[in-house]
Amino acid sequence: MTTKILSLNTSLVRPQRNKRSLQQRRARAAWLLVFPALFLLAGVAGWPLLRTIFYSFTDAALDTPEVYNFVGFDNYLSFFDGEAYGVLGDPLWWKSVRNTLWFSSWSVSIELILGMLVALLMNQKFRGQGLLRAAVLVPWAIPTIVTAKMWGWMFHDQYGVVNDLLLRIGIIDGPLAWIASPTLSMWAVVFADVWKTIPFMALMLLAALQTVPADLYEAARVDGATAWQRFTRITLPLIMPAMIVALIFRTMDALRVFDLIYVLTSNSEATVSVSGYARDQMVAYQEMGSGSAASVLVFMMVAGIAASFLYAGSLYNKEKQV
Amino acid sequence: MAQLKLEKLNKTYDKQTEVIPSLDLLVNKGEFVVIVGPSGCGKSTLLRMIAGLEDITNGNMYINGIYSNDDTPSERGIGMVFQSYALYPHMSVYENIAFAMRLAKLPAKEIDRRVNEAARTLQLEPLLQRRPKDMSGGQRQRVAIGRAIAREPKLFLFDEPLSNLDASLRVQMRMEIANLHKRLGSTVIYVTHDQVEAMTLADRIVILNKGRVEQVGTPLELYDHPGNEFVAQFIGSPKMNLLPATLVKSGENTSQVVLDSGKELILPIRTPKSAEGQSVNLGIRPEHILWGEKNRAHYQASVIFVEHMGNETYLYLDNGNASEPWVVRNAERSAIVAGEAVGVDLPAEHCYLFDGTGQAFQRLVTAQASPEALISKKIVN
Ligand SMILES: Nc1ncnc2c1ncn2[C@@H]1O[C@H](COP(=O)(O)OP(=O)(O)O)[C@@H](O)[C@H]1O
Ligand SMILES: [Mg+2]
Repeated sequence: MTTKILSLNTSLVRPQRNKRSLQQRRARAAWLLVFPALFLLAGVAGWPLLRTIFYSFTDAALDTPEVYNFVGFDNYLSFFDGEAYGVLGDPLWWKSVRNTLWFSSWSVSIELILGMLVALLMNQKFRGQGLLRAAVLVPWAIPTIVTAKMWGWMFHDQYGVVNDLLLRIGIIDGPLAWIASPTLSMWAVVFADVWKTIPFMALMLLAALQTVPADLYEAARVDGATAWQRFTRITLPLIMPAMIVALIFRTMDALRVFDLIYVLTSNSEATVSVSGYARDQMVAYQEMGSGSAASVLVFMMVAGIAASFLYAGSLYNKEKQV
Repeated sequence: MAQLKLEKLNKTYDKQTEVIPSLDLLVNKGEFVVIVGPSGCGKSTLLRMIAGLEDITNGNMYINGIYSNDDTPSERGIGMVFQSYALYPHMSVYENIAFAMRLAKLPAKEIDRRVNEAARTLQLEPLLQRRPKDMSGGQRQRVAIGRAIAREPKLFLFDEPLSNLDASLRVQMRMEIANLHKRLGSTVIYVTHDQVEAMTLADRIVILNKGRVEQVGTPLELYDHPGNEFVAQFIGSPKMNLLPATLVKSGENTSQVVLDSGKELILPIRTPKSAEGQSVNLGIRPEHILWGEKNRAHYQASVIFVEHMGNETYLYLDNGNASEPWVVRNAERSAIVAGEAVGVDLPAEHCYLFDGTGQAFQRLVTAQASPEALISKKIVN
């Protein structure tokens, strides 16, 4: 009897020990596999970020970064004779913040709406569907600089196709200064960005739309839902998670906008973004300290907005669980 | 409750794929009609046309005498249960059932009353706040049915509602659906490929084959008087055996046939004079074949395969066609093993006869309730 129990015990224990070691081995393999990525990230993102934070507390110049003094928070904000200095004391910084938020909210909202329309269209069955899906990708595949140059030409006040078209149709009486006018130039940037990034939005949303089973729409039709009700009550809630991810991606991207504005409008003050501001401090004025401070502020702004998106998303999910 | 009338209904996809050539059907108020047929014969297409999910290419459809071809699904007042259940994954059971009524802007009180009533009928009360993903297949099926009944539709449509359930649950849900129909008295059109579901649930069965109606009738009518070989083989399991034979003498009351084996049979089946001399098929169901004395039996063959079900035994007989051997269903355990030679007798009153094109000749006797059944009836009375 006892021997039986003993043998039973050992046979029970052994598989357990094997299982644990298997788990350990899997954990070790996992670390091994992610290590290169972590190493790379630390090298190309972590280290530069730390250096930037470090320089933001110094008065180094761009051409002589090894000569510096610590100046505390002066690059961010300081007061002399009742006047504010530093990035946060610079009206142009606040102008660039306003520009960036304005640009991001307009371009991301327009992209979301138009991208959704394109995605809904591409989700229909019709001839040439594959061709359309490929063609739609073209604007996304074109480098931003090329996009900016192209739209720069199209928006040209004398030779541009946009003014020509509008004149011919009769919407405007004289050519508009798309690039030079402070109000129009921001819209020109938004147009170009929307054109370029709709494919991304549309394909993200299309992928989400295709995960919605067709029979749900049929059930909703039997239940008496109109097309609009099917969209708002079935489609939207079901693609919401994917839509939030797409929104986060696009918002991050839009907040960091630099090249499009720099090339399209030559970084005029009317359109300068926070990234453009940081670049000016760093390169144009050769001030490594305040340039780094501006960069750190950009980083904090983007990270903060990303975090709040993620937090809102988790709240939404939690609410759904209940 | 509704009456449904289909007139020369035609469905053609893309102007070339004709799935349903021309279909006429009348479903009476309160009737439970099961449309049954092999996979791909157009059952779902037909049901979806009735539902309004698929355009009717040609022909007319009337609900309670009102032309309904161009009505939307909700205007037709139907409730549908999908094979995949098609529950809204982001809504609770309560919201799933309430959805249609919310869209119809019913008062909240009325919605609540109807949802709770449907939940009580289907024993869903404890699950009302759950989401579909947290439920078993049988529970989801109940929700799908609940969603259909809460709207109090004129016409229920079921598309293979039980095919995703395991065997025991299927039997249970089958009874529940039958009870539900009895209680609500609603008109039901139920689509399935399973003839057992058809036999057990239907008031009338419509047998569909390649988009055509082969026969319409009550379950026992179809069992006793199949109009052709397709129906004969589709109803009943295992399916009816067909033995080649020759009609040697036709008659009003009896017909005489000769089997391949040379044995003669006189059957209570009416055949026309013109059919005399033709080769015919003699049909016999596996459950009606009797064991015969080896040399005097109607047919002799060797057993090639034996299946023991526990309560009964299926024996497969070699007929020279390996893909469709004849089947004998033994109501008890059988000691016969594969390879054994046996003789079988074909009781004349249980035989069917089909002409060269597969059309049935008229049988003159119908199966009677067995003596045992009569006895038990007497005792009950
Ligand atoms: N949208 C469609 N286009 C072309 N053919 C179709 C379409 N939908 C179904 N079919 C064809 O119609 C036939 C019947 O399909 P279906 O009604 O789903 O059969 P069942 O439900 O009886 O299994 C099948 O042969 C199928 O290929
Ligand atoms: Mg089907």
